[in-house]
Amino acid sequence: MTKIEMNVNGRAASGEVEGRTLLSSFLRDELRLTGTHVGCDTSQCGACVVHVNGEAVKSCTMLAVEAAGSEVTTVEGMANADGSLSVIQQAFQDHHGLQCGFCTPGMVMSAAALLKENPKPSEAEVRDYLEGNICRCTGYHNIVKAIMAASGQDVAPVAAE
Amino acid sequence: MYNFDVETPGTVADAVAAIGRDEAQALGGGQTLIPTLKQRLASPSVLVSLSGIAEMKGVCMGDDGRLCIGGATTHATVAREAAQYPALAAMASHIGDPAVRNRGTIGGSLANNDPSACYPAGVLGSGATVVTNTREIASDEYFQGMFDTALEEGEIITEVRFPIPEAANYQKFVQPASRFALVGVFVAKFSGGVRVAVTGASEEGVFRWSEAEAALSSDFSTGAIDGLSLSGEGMISDLHGTGAYRAHLVGVMTKRAVDAAA
Repeated sequence: MTKIEMNVNGRAASGEVEGRTLLSSFLRDELRLTGTHVGCDTSQCGACVVHVNGEAVKSCTMLAVEAAGSEVTTVEGMANADGSLSVIQQAFQDHHGLQCGFCTPGMVMSAAALLKENPKPSEAEVRDYLEGNICRCTGYHNIVKAIMAASGQDVAPVAAE
Repeated sequence: MYNFDVETPGTVADAVAAIGRDEAQALGGGQTLIPTLKQRLASPSVLVSLSGIAEMKGVCMGDDGRLCIGGATTHATVAREAAQYPALAAMASHIGDPAVRNRGTIGGSLANNDPSACYPAGVLGSGATVVTNTREIASDEYFQGMFDTALEEGEIITEVRFPIPEAANYQKFVQPASRFALVGVFVAKFSGGVRVAVTGASEEGVFRWSEAEAALSSDFSTGAIDGLSLSGEGMISDLHGTGAYRAHLVGVMTKRAVDAAA
């Protein structure tokens, strides 16, 4: 076992891990931050996306010891300081960007990473960026719409067509 | 996963020493190795993580005009910083997905030499040099078959040096589920001739299409390869496409690459 320390959502966190402990397991099982979901465990689905030192990574495909000393942000760290939803989270709610909600943590984290490097993406750029995030409910349209809205761009209101 | 110890060296020298131990294996970005370990297809007792070695990261221009990329440089960094070699940067920007590109590295991809990976085509197509802790290996010597390379036990890719062509382009026909290359073709035009490297197609891994190289070296246009075709013999055949289909795609993707580069 190795003792590791990292900063998670602005707070110091530490724990004892095995070499094989994944970052996703450390976050969920050790720190009890179960907002990070593990969908496929084969690095396809993106439900486990978190930010490590500001970059989106699949936490099921990174060893916890490799994240030692890093700044990690999970979906639990996305809300505003007063507990209200962040712009991205609020947009997902407003535009019905989720149904079952399983992929949502990864979608929110990927959206945040995208908007940080590309504050006004086109719809095509949003869809391209979400290549590694799979959703089996929404058909992606409202997720894309939510991210476009979160970027401050006009989107048509959700219509029940 | 079976359990293992993890070493996190900060220098190439420390990494080489750690990998010299029994049953030790280098860990690049882990985007292939970690899923492999989960399936218990590998069981190293020690993983030596290369991602914390600063001297193996980054993109720069060498004095000889070659683009130098550290072995532990991520695809995202290459996509962002290899501006002097736009075709290579574009290739890196389409490997996997954004989160994978933030972890996966050029050295890891080359050491693994997946028959459908993009980097082997970029490196062989460019005639790049693979630099390790002990020697320099020309790309023509480096790739030795599916998942097989010239690397010796315990050897680490510290850098890759790319000569910069006059024109180049990479075209990937993605397998729609995995987004790996069903077929990918890297075409690079140098003053001394044209190189064409193909990934995803052959059971032997990445290869150079010499007939196309000869034709394109005398006439760099899509018309030059009109009459050429490859046999489906020895091509990968699976539920995504037959060998004949892949062989045909090689021609199509080569033309697209020439068209985009010219």
